[in-house]
Amino acid sequence: MTEENERLKESPSQTAGPYVHIGCTPNFTGIATYETDLGALMKLGPVTGQEITIEGAIFDGDGAPLLDALVEIWQADANGLFNSANEMRGASDPNFSGWGRCPVDMETGEFRFETVKPGRVPWVDGSLQAPHITMWIVARGINIGLQTRIYFADEVEANLSDPILSQIDDRDRLTSLLANEDENGTHRFDVHLQGPRETVFFDI
Amino acid sequence: MNDAKAGGMFLPRDREWQPNALAPDYKSSIKRSPKSKLLSFPTSLSEETSPIFGHDILGEFDHDLIVNYAKQGESAIGPRLLVHGTVRDEMGRPVPNALIEVWQANAGGRYRHKNEGYLAPLDPNFGGCGRVITADDGTYEFRTIQPGPYPWPNGPNSWRPAHIHFSIFGHGFAQRLITQMYFEGDTLIPLCPIVGALGSQDAVDILTAHLDMGRTIPMDMCAYRFDIVLRGAKQTYFENRSEGL
Ligand SMILES: [Fe+3]
Repeated sequence: MTEENERLKESPSQTAGPYVHIGCTPNFTGIATYETDLGALMKLGPVTGQEITIEGAIFDGDGAPLLDALVEIWQADANGLFNSANEMRGASDPNFSGWGRCPVDMETGEFRFETVKPGRVPWVDGSLQAPHITMWIVARGINIGLQTRIYFADEVEANLSDPILSQIDDRDRLTSLLANEDENGTHRFDVHLQGPRETVFFDI
Repeated sequence: MNDAKAGGMFLPRDREWQPNALAPDYKSSIKRSPKSKLLSFPTSLSEETSPIFGHDILGEFDHDLIVNYAKQGESAIGPRLLVHGTVRDEMGRPVPNALIEVWQANAGGRYRHKNEGYLAPLDPNFGGCGRVITADDGTYEFRTIQPGPYPWPNGPNSWRPAHIHFSIFGHGFAQRLITQMYFEGDTLIPLCPIVGALGSQDAVDILTAHLDMGRTIPMDMCAYRFDIVLRGAKQTYFENRSEGL
């Protein structure tokens, strides 16, 4: 293939470092150059579907929460449509951005997203994937952004037939991708970078 | 069904080319690098779509770090720089409407951040953040000052070469990228364990911006050129769009 030779190499990744907030969430760190921090709000008005909260933290190999990480999520609306110029299947909920960005709390390491439960999105063969949220994590010590997905523990049937989840044989690893709803209706999703509970990370 | 669809829209990432999660000389990566193999899958709509930002989010001076934090009539201290380049995908196609967010230390190597402890002084007129969106031909430019190198607690005597951090959004979340731009001729580059996480000199070279006398503004500012390449799509969005019509 001649095209192969003409291909450019993707720019190599480098760590976001400990001061990623300056560029990505300047207001969070007290630099008021922009009106708001992008991605701080996902719900821009009354939204369609079930409103949910997702909370979690990211733990290193010692079990300590990262205090300097930045988390981004990207997801479909309640009808499975993306708020993107590339969405060709129909108009998504105009009051739902689908994209959230949250620096973890510098004392506790907690992140929190106020969002909606995503609808189902087609897989490459046209079958439906289980409801999921794409997650991307950057921080000091992370050389290339870590990609994972939040699935929902209560979506038992959809999860069983999901093209990605169904290929993960190890039960413990599978569990690392499931958010669990607590008594307050908050979905908990902790990420473990290493150890027996290491989260499944993707190369998608 | 054509091949491109069956295999996902975006080319798989070349993980040999990209840095390893674990780079032992970069101490922070030791406890923060996953040990298990990444699970590979073709992209689906979840990664082939992305928020795409309009030029309307930009303030008048978002692209000008020399003045965007400065008091009226004042400006940041340090050599004045124009940084410019083109964002393309791996197929060489320009990427318009790509959001680029940048952050950097001041001319003395000090960041404006509550966790920063370096004894170099803050510049009261420098915040250190800026953003731009690429034009229709994929080009971008911003104005800033030359960041200083700085020491950091990695080894007993570790210094970062001067650099500007870049965060880039393309058109698909699969293209999401954070990287750093270095400056041609900086003798700290080969000593840096973060740079060392890159697998090859070619990779280092791609992240090293070159002095561009053609764009230098006489009696005002030197220009550096820094081109960026995002993951390529096997088909263009336009082709995708026409399929839906
Ligand atoms: Fe830095």
